[in-house]
Amino acid sequence: MKLVTVCGPPSSGKTAVILKTLEAFADRGLKAGVVKFDCLSTEDDVLYEKAGIPVKKGLSGPLCPDHYFVSNVEEIVQWGRGKGFDLLVSESAGLCNRCSPHIKEVLAVCVVDNLSGVTTPKKIGPMLKMADIVVITKGDIVSQAEREVFASRVAAVNPKAAVLHVNGLTGQGAFELSSLFDDEEREVESLIGYQLRFTMPSALCSYCLGETRIGESYQMGNVRKMKID
Amino acid sequence: MINEIKNQTVGALLGTYPFAAVYFDGHHVDTKGRESVTVVDVFSDFVTAAGEDAVTTADELLEGLSEHVQQMLLFLADDLDTVRSLNLLPGTHKDGTPENFTNITINSGETICIVGPTGSGKSRLLADIEWVAQGDTPTGRTVLLNDQVPDRKWRFSPTHKLVAQLSQNMNFVMDLTVEEFLEMHAESRLADNVSDVVVRIIDQANALAGESFAPTTPITSLSGGQSRALMIADTAILSRSPIVLIDEIENAGIDRQKALELLLSEEKIVLMATHDPVLALMGGRRLIIANGGIEAVIETTEAERVILKELAVMDRRMTDLRNRLRRGERLE
Ligand SMILES: Nc1ncnc2c1ncn2[C@@H]1O[C@H](COP(=O)(O)OP(=O)(O)OP(=O)(O)O)[C@@H](O)[C@H]1O
Ligand SMILES: Nc1nc2c(ncn2[C@@H]2O[C@H](COP(=O)(O)OP(=O)(O)O)[C@@H](O)[C@H]2O)c(=O)[nH]1
Ligand SMILES: [Mg+2]
Ligand SMILES: [Mg+2]
Ligand SMILES: [Zn+2]
Ligand SMILES: [Zn+2]
Repeated sequence: MKLVTVCGPPSSGKTAVILKTLEAFADRGLKAGVVKFDCLSTEDDVLYEKAGIPVKKGLSGPLCPDHYFVSNVEEIVQWGRGKGFDLLVSESAGLCNRCSPHIKEVLAVCVVDNLSGVTTPKKIGPMLKMADIVVITKGDIVSQAEREVFASRVAAVNPKAAVLHVNGLTGQGAFELSSLFDDEEREVESLIGYQLRFTMPSALCSYCLGETRIGESYQMGNVRKMKID
Repeated sequence: MINEIKNQTVGALLGTYPFAAVYFDGHHVDTKGRESVTVVDVFSDFVTAAGEDAVTTADELLEGLSEHVQQMLLFLADDLDTVRSLNLLPGTHKDGTPENFTNITINSGETICIVGPTGSGKSRLLADIEWVAQGDTPTGRTVLLNDQVPDRKWRFSPTHKLVAQLSQNMNFVMDLTVEEFLEMHAESRLADNVSDVVVRIIDQANALAGESFAPTTPITSLSGGQSRALMIADTAILSRSPIVLIDEIENAGIDRQKALELLLSEEKIVLMATHDPVLALMGGRRLIIANGGIEAVIETTEAERVILKELAVMDRRMTDLRNRLRRGERLE
């Protein structure tokens, strides 16, 4: 089975792009499934089901969805293999701009949208910097010039990535993205022994574990203080 | 390339490759006051200072910088993106029957119209061109550039996009003045003489739009017609893409004939999906699309050009009446 990790800021168009791309993937007679990781709730699973795409959802609750992702991805891979998928796509929310679900030797996609502003590419961090493919959405609502400027900023941050423009509404560019998924030669039987491309932040303080009270005496574990002078 | 740049000082590197500044900025590497330090040391110091927040290693930063410089050099090597002609080789209709043409050649400086009912495959044809299809799209068509199988860079490189696209519902969303915006675009295109280019674009845009705007006008407050005029002038002059796709710009409130002439004067190939008779007749040929395939190629005839002249007169009259309404005048 092929595996693709798709991440990007909230509302950048990940679900829309995956839906259109898997439609084109199905047209090739291939079978794909999706796993969606989020924090508190997601309606994406309903959208995938409506499109006839088998989906599993994982809600991380109080944990970072990306930490939760790594802890569960092997089980998800086995679920996908059991279902006989040719391709499994994971969608994750990328809430902190610091985590990235990308795994070495596994095709990594980052979705960003033209509306997010030209400084966004440099703010996003490892999920963009370490992606193999960067998909830029919502080109339909900005000018040609803004698309060019935005794409050049993406390229400056990640010069090695293939950059594709996909319209999440009309599906323009989705066939092309699906052909890149299809071209992916690496098959995954198990992720045991694979490595993340980038370490997750060590967020393990008392607040991660449910503390709500404010004050030094309640702060335990990995606590960092601002420098104020 | 890595070896060539790593032991240069940052100052020397930025002197040779000014465009590398965006790479440092994109990775939050501050180079101010460090011009005399070597690139490799600046990266190592940066990674050390970031400590556990470091997103990349110094080696990865070097590798990325080298990649960035190479891409930009390719982008600047003008001859690489000269597209003199585009060839379409046949594929199949939606039902699998072959298309009945052998080779359609479109040369730079030419305008072609694409017409056909909804769902017939106009957008797919444009997408085949943008993806430089090699028998690997639903239509099975093949696209050649300069009579050759094109370089794969046209598919993925953000700096070598084959196609620039102008469509009806595009807006400006950045919070900048016209001048600031054009400067930013010109810089990202590595234009030589930014201020000249900016002046040229504004002049051309004002020639296309009915009412003129100033360099200090915020782009978001331009009228629909002014926005489109600016987009067209900017695409003609600054975009490096050799092919321009125009998707239905009928109610544009701009001088369409002049707009087309501007694009063509820059030796672009212009493809228009339109059912506006004025635009359609301005093209030298029309591709007729049905059932997913190109059914026929029609040359614009002399009789049709006469119709175009009549339409142009009507068009001017409409524009004139519209302008008088705008000024609060009576039309009688
Ligand atoms: N030759 C072909 N073989 C298989 N599928 C095709 C072919 N041509 C087009 N299609 C598919 O048919 C659908 C409709 O085509 P397309 O969107 O290009 O139509 P259109 O002419 O642009 O319509 P509209 O005027 O509504 O924009 C698309 O899903 C496209 O991929
Ligand atoms: N105009 C436009 N809207 C888009 C595009 N892609 C996605 N959207 C819309 O953006 C919103 C967020 O998209 P979604 O796929 O849910 O984003 P996600 O949170 O990244 O999965 C939805 O309303 C989509 O319909 C696009 O290319 N153009
Ligand atoms: Mg989603
Ligand atoms: Mg269409
Ligand atoms: Zn996180
Ligand atoms: Zn915490």
